Amino acid sequence: MEKLLETKNNLPVRISDIPVVPYSKFFEVITFLLRSQDFHILTYLAYPTSEGLKFICAIADDQNKSISIISHLIPAGSPLKVYSMMPKYDVFHSFEREIHEKYGVEFADNHFLKPIRFSHDMKIQGMDKITDYPFYKIETDELHEIGVGPIHAGIIEPGHFRFLCNGEKVLHLEVQLGWQHRGIETLFLEKKKLIQRATLAEQIAGDSAVGHALAYSQAIESLAGLKIREKLNYERVIALEIERIGMHIFDLSNLCTGAAYQLGNAALGVLRTPTINFLQTWCGNRFAKGLIRPGGTNYPFTRDLQEKLLSYLDDLEERYTVIADKMLNLSDIILRFQQIGTLTRKQVYMIGAVGTTAKMAGLKRDTRWSHPFAGYHEIHHDPVVFDTGDIYARIQVRHYEILQSIKYLRRITEIMNYQNSVPAPIKDEEIRLAKNCMTISVTEGWRGEIVHSAITDDEGNISYYKIKDPSQHNWWALALSLRNLEISDFPINNKSYNLSYCGHDL
Amino acid sequence: MLAFFLVLICAFLYPGTIDKTKAILSGRKGPKIYQFIFDAWRLLKKGSVYSNSSSFVFQISASVNFACVLTAFLLIPFAGEPSFFSFDGDFVFMLYLLGLGRFILVVAALDVSSGFEGMGANREVLYNALLEPAFFLLMGTLCIFTGHTNFHDIFLSIYENEHIASVIVVITISILILFMFLLIENSRIPTDDPNTHLELTMVHEVMVLDHSGFDLGLIKLTSAFKFAVFGSLICNLVIPGHLALYYKIPLFMVFQFMLAISIGVFESFKPRNKMARNPQYIISISAIAAVLYIVIIIIKSNVV
Repeated sequence: MEKLLETKNNLPVRISDIPVVPYSKFFEVITFLLRSQDFHILTYLAYPTSEGLKFICAIADDQNKSISIISHLIPAGSPLKVYSMMPKYDVFHSFEREIHEKYGVEFADNHFLKPIRFSHDMKIQGMDKITDYPFYKIETDELHEIGVGPIHAGIIEPGHFRFLCNGEKVLHLEVQLGWQHRGIETLFLEKKKLIQRATLAEQIAGDSAVGHALAYSQAIESLAGLKIREKLNYERVIALEIERIGMHIFDLSNLCTGAAYQLGNAALGVLRTPTINFLQTWCGNRFAKGLIRPGGTNYPFTRDLQEKLLSYLDDLEERYTVIADKMLNLSDIILRFQQIGTLTRKQVYMIGAVGTTAKMAGLKRDTRWSHPFAGYHEIHHDPVVFDTGDIYARIQVRHYEILQSIKYLRRITEIMNYQNSVPAPIKDEEIRLAKNCMTISVTEGWRGEIVHSAITDDEGNISYYKIKDPSQHNWWALALSLRNLEISDFPINNKSYNLSYCGHDL
Repeated sequence: MLAFFLVLICAFLYPGTIDKTKAILSGRKGPKIYQFIFDAWRLLKKGSVYSNSSSFVFQISASVNFACVLTAFLLIPFAGEPSFFSFDGDFVFMLYLLGLGRFILVVAALDVSSGFEGMGANREVLYNALLEPAFFLLMGTLCIFTGHTNFHDIFLSIYENEHIASVIVVITISILILFMFLLIENSRIPTDDPNTHLELTMVHEVMVLDHSGFDLGLIKLTSAFKFAVFGSLICNLVIPGHLALYYKIPLFMVFQFMLAISIGVFESFKPRNKMARNPQYIISISAIAAVLYIVIIIIKSNVV
């Protein structure tokens, strides 16, 4: 495997150093590496260069804490046709659909080559509107189809779900997304200012504003070669962990609503508010928008905030453990959630699931552990892993992650040196990005790993920016877990994953 | 006559009381107890919107359903005070009046040909088919126990049995069965969740998704009235018919009120069943009724 270029999280590499191999070799190396569950695809992208269309694939090695990069070039003028990697690993389907949609590359043997988010510059013929989406159909009188969405009851985002049912039993669920497509990646190139891009990053998925803003900031900092002070790194960990607690509690509360368990819904719902309100006391926004910026922050974490945080954590822990113990041990809740929507470790591995979705089925995927960033080097994170793969496992992963986060927050506030100052965000004229480089920035949002990759051109401008939200693959976990399940179990399954529509649609 | 108005008053206060109880138990203030009256009135003032794909069946469904339940009202006696009309076997008439109302709703749900509503209709019919034996086994028990076959006489003579232990057993178990029956009949937790916004998990609510304005108002009134119908049956069992009227009226109101509160409490602490467990749960009610029935036959026929 001497063909691969090894790098680390947030360590830029020169594009010219990335080995360019023929597609057969490209295919062979990637599929060989993925045979081990220690490896997974971080990102697989294609971008146009002067020589042709360049494919870059980044594979994470969880044990060695490294990232391997390999590339392939289709020279300009050559036919845009390669064979698909999807028959070997399902994880490639969304990457290949993306490349197919953007550049019109044909992937032979990929039987699921449908548009993924209906971008405006789509290169697929005959599918101009999102309503043209080719759903799977079964021609029979026995089965029936139920379409839900894109407009839903309640306050969730738009997405269309098409069920093929036999009575109450779901045979197949197809999730059609793309209704939220805003062209974030294109906007990233159009908007040149740091602040504009940081704001964009926060809008990728509004509920993981910290995760995405952090991934973006780290990408910029690594390209600019900025050294980040220890205190700032700790502050970022605090923000990310508070976001995690807030969203996990929110999910648990929503799951109680799904099971019509009023007590759990009310008691947990009340706990979410002080969590995100703490972020508001800190930076003025409940979702921590504006807190994470490249190079520094406008809102340093002070002693005063530390005291507030600690007293809030004490209160939270006391109240949370009471209701969580009650809920997790209630026989009706266990009956409702156990052995529903079960996925095997093999399934989540094949679809490339990350974060909670991987951890609930026995797959250890946590970049806080495998590719530590910001202040996580100090924490020695040990991921919570359950192997039952059902809704109850997803609840348990969330529950133990909340307790873990509380522990980490206490630890970080303890070791942080409050005398040190943190710099203000860096200004556009103060930095110069490395030329002809690529960087991969990975953070662990509450849903799972967030990957931002940036490629710079000869002048040090970002010429390509790729975002991979954890939801991109995890949506397929939802589709798979619905198979042979009752259709009435769909809502609690959907809530148990709580995936992002806009993070997927970009 | 008196019974009719008392039950009517209770009907209007039922939904509010349940909601208020649930709100208080979840730490909220909640709407006023009589909020339901305003809500219903607001809906009744509106016009209805009908889908192009629906026929007259859909348009009459809410009214027919309402009429059925209102007629059932007339059959409910009040602790020894006679109902509007009463005849032998009137409980069969009452249950099938409710059945007719449900039938027309189901047909209307199929009429609008929405994917969701057919699903809901399917579930509702299944559950009620399973539930029906419970009611008739219970009424059969009461008929054998008292020797009468209409509501008025049954409730009047139930306390006249000299065997006080068996009276207590019959009444306690009957209340239990009627309570569980009431929750299912009114599409409450644990078989259904009236507050859910998720079409795929709804049972009763999904059937009435297309009803709007005036029709929706009638549907809401109907479900409140159904509460009162079954609530009154329970109260009739508890209140002895020979008490003086000035005891009976406050007792009746208090028991109805307590029943509404207990529904609220039950719903606050109990999650919903998994859909596949519902049939089992519903059949278990019939099973309890069947056991009671057999026990009473044995006692009555002095086999033991």
